Order: sequence, then structure tokens, then C-alpha cells
Amino acid sequence: MAPDAFDPARPWRLSPEVSLRDEPFGALAYHHGNRRLVFLRSTGLVALVRRLGEFATAADALGDLVAPSERDRYARALATLAAGELIGVG
Amino acid sequence: MSAESGLRDRLEGGLSAPICLTWELTYACNLACTHCLSSSGRRDPDELTTAEALALVDELAAMRVFYLNVGGGEPMIRRDFFDIVEHAVERRVGVKFSTNGTRLDAAAARRLAGMDYLDVQVSIDGADAATSDPVRGAGSYAAARRAMDHLAEAGFAGFKVSVVVTRDSVEQLDALEALALSYGAELRLARLRPSGRGVAVWDALRPTAAQNRRLHAWLVERPHVLTGDSFFHLSPLGEPLEGLNLCGAGRVVCLIDPVGDVYACPFVIHDRFRAGNVRPGGFGPVWRESALFSELRAPASPGACASCGSYDACRGGCLAAKFFTGLEASDPDPECVFGHGERKLATTRVELRPTPSIDHSRAVALGRLR
Ligand code: SF4
Ligand code: SF4
Repeated sequence: MAPDAFDPARPWRLSPEVSLRDEPFGALAYHHGNRRLVFLRSTGLVALVRRLGEFATAADALGDLVAPSERDRYARALATLAAGELIGVG
Repeated sequence: MSAESGLRDRLEGGLSAPICLTWELTYACNLACTHCLSSSGRRDPDELTTAEALALVDELAAMRVFYLNVGGGEPMIRRDFFDIVEHAVERRVGVKFSTNGTRLDAAAARRLAGMDYLDVQVSIDGADAATSDPVRGAGSYAAARRAMDHLAEAGFAGFKVSVVVTRDSVEQLDALEALALSYGAELRLARLRPSGRGVAVWDALRPTAAQNRRLHAWLVERPHVLTGDSFFHLSPLGEPLEGLNLCGAGRVVCLIDPVGDVYACPFVIHDRFRAGNVRPGGFGPVWRESALFSELRAPASPGACASCGSYDACRGGCLAAKFFTGLEASDPDPECVFGHGERKLATTRVELRPTPSIDHSRAVALGRLR
């Protein structure tokens, strides 16, 4: 199954198969299914990913948790995480 | 996994827990492979008890260690093997375990196939018994193939066929890949390092420089072949290989041995690289505070590699390979692709190479495999 393309208008959340571990530089995420290890390189991104599931859409989460000047960058990071199936629609 | 250099500096500075933690469950083994990295054979009377092992799993789960590389010795020899593994995966600590396959019968295969977060690696050292058995012992190849048959029959999808690349097995890479494919399995290749009993056979078994060049080209074309970051010393040959491309000893990697001793990596079982033991206060304090690990996490100087234009690709290679061949940590890897390691090796004396501090090899070689 191909991962869902990242559409900020949909609801996204951290995959239940992912373990997240805080690190000095942000966090490490490990997907137990596809065995991908991903570096989340800012604490802002980590907070966003952790709380993503609380919002009706990813766009809402970005609007609420991320400064306007940073939103594009964080949206790109979410798209990368979606491609690796670390976050999924749900 | 791949990492640009800024991130690599962070990784070299250490993490809250290892990415890749190897736990050798026992020194007992019913085989006697000539290159065994842990010089295994006899069980150590001081090995962790079941209660200690389960408590260690709890601590590792609390530290959010993502997965454990479980090995030995032959881990399936421990009677509590399944208890430990099941305890780990129930706590979402994944387990990748390496086995010689001799204890992996149909019932064990079915039990393993029913577990999540579990990977099995069955070891052979060639695509046929004629190549593999001289390294791993008479009958070992057939036993490993039976284990693979059992796993396939049990529907264990995507187990790993694990091979140490030697001067002989490197000539069979295509056949090994085809063998893995025939089971729906994945091929995993590892570098032969001069560790454990491997000290004695490294000179004779390691691939030649020309073979290493072919290996690199072969791997670049096959990113799906797993290497566990083993061959990053070959990255200066051209494209960097998949992985972090750095020596993770004490930084992202470490070993807990069967008696609870913590070493910087599975390939440096030697007093020089022993950081402590999990028995007094658990694993966390050793990982975070040991003097050895602080030393290994301090910024390293490129030493003799400073003038090499490829330092960023290989960072001087493997600490274990250097140490057990008598080189300094700041020297080039003994298998440096530009031959700097070979030149340095020529100035050292083989009889002065360090030998492993502990050895559980059997005094007498084993007879036929039962
Ligand atoms: S000189 Fe050092 S950095 Fe350069 S390729 Fe050889 S081992 Fe690697
Ligand atoms: S010493 Fe060698 S085997 Fe151990 S982590 Fe470093 S590169 Fe890997």
C-alpha cells in the first residue's frame, strides 16, 4: 500500500507503530513496521507531531502551533514524514 | 538511514539511549565458528538470571530503546529465550535476533512467526556447505537451511539471511541474494572484523582490496541489501553506502554481554572498551555517565586521515578493526580503500596485536553436529 500523499486539509496523526524518543536535538522516531529511523531536528517539530492527532486537520495544527513564517517549512517536514508513513491519515 | 554532517556531529556527541543496542544473551554455543566475534562456546556461570534479564528489558523499554539486536553465543540455547524475547516485544522493544538455526525447529518457527516486532537472522557464511562449513563447522550449513525452511513454512515473512563477507563468500554474492530471494527473505551482509576468534583468521579470510571494490559497486546497485552500516569504510570508493557512515561505538551503538558488562560495541570485547556493568545501577547510568563513553563521544581528531579528501565519507573507519590490528584510533582503517591502512599495518607487529580479554571458546573443537 502506497502511503497517503500529504494533504494538509486532512486529519493526520502519529502512526501507532511509531516510537518517539526525545533527544537533545529534537527527537528520534522509529517505525516498527517499515523499520525507518527518522531524525526530527527541532523541538517545535516534535511538539507538532506529538499533538497532530488533536486537530481536525494538519492545517489547523500548523495554524495553532507554528509561527506563520515557519509554516511552509513545517508542512514540508510533515510531507516527508507522511512519505515515510510515520504519520498517517486517521 | 542517512545523515548529513551537522547531524553526524550530534550523533557523535551521544544520544539519550543507543540506536543500536546489541545484547548477547549467552556465551554458550553449540557451534565454534572460526570468526566468532565473541569467542563463544561455554556458558559463563555468571550470566544474567532470568529475573535480571527481564528487569533489564523493563529498563530498556523505559529508556525507549527501539529495538535490540539479540545474539550470543547461540541465544536460543537459553531456556528462557522466549520469555525474554516475548517480554521485550510486549513492551514494544523490537527484537532482531541472530541464530545459527540449529535450535530453530518447526514449533519454534511457528512461535516466532506469531510475534510482532520481531526479526530473525539466520547465519550462513557461503551459498553452499563447501564454502560455509569450513568457517561455521560441519553440518552447520544444512542446519541453517533447515531453519530457513521452517521459517518459510511457518509463514515468517522477510526473515534475514545473514552472511559475513569473506574472501570466499564475496565471490557468491549473486548466489546468496538468489538464495534469500527464494525464501522471500532479505540478504544481510556484515563486515569481517578482527574481533574475538576473528583475530586469528582475519588476515586469511578478509576480502582483498579488489574484492572490496567489487563489493562496494555491488552494494551501491543494491540498496535493498542490508548491511547494518558495516561497510562505510568503503564509501570513499564512490557513492556513500546506505547508513549513518560513522563509527557508532559508545555513541549510537553498544553491547551488553551475557554477564551484564557493557562494551562500546559488539566488536570490542576487551577491557579497554568496557564501560561498566548493568548489575549495580542498571544500564542507563553506564550509557550516560561512563568515562569510556564520554571519551568516545568527545570530538575526534582526524589524525593520520587529516590529509585525506574522503575523511567525511569514512571518518577513519572502524575502531574495532584498528584496535585489534594494533593500529591507533587516529590511524586509518586497516582496510582503508586508499591503502593507507595497509601501509600502516606493515609497520606493526602481528604478535603485538591485542587479544580479547575474555574467551569462552571450548578447549576442544566440536565433533560432528548433532
Ligand atoms: S585515509 Fe582515513 S578517511 Fe581516508 S579513506 Fe582511508 S581510512 Fe578513510
Ligand atoms: S568499532 Fe567498528 S563495528 Fe564497532 S561501531 Fe565502530 S565501526 Fe562499527
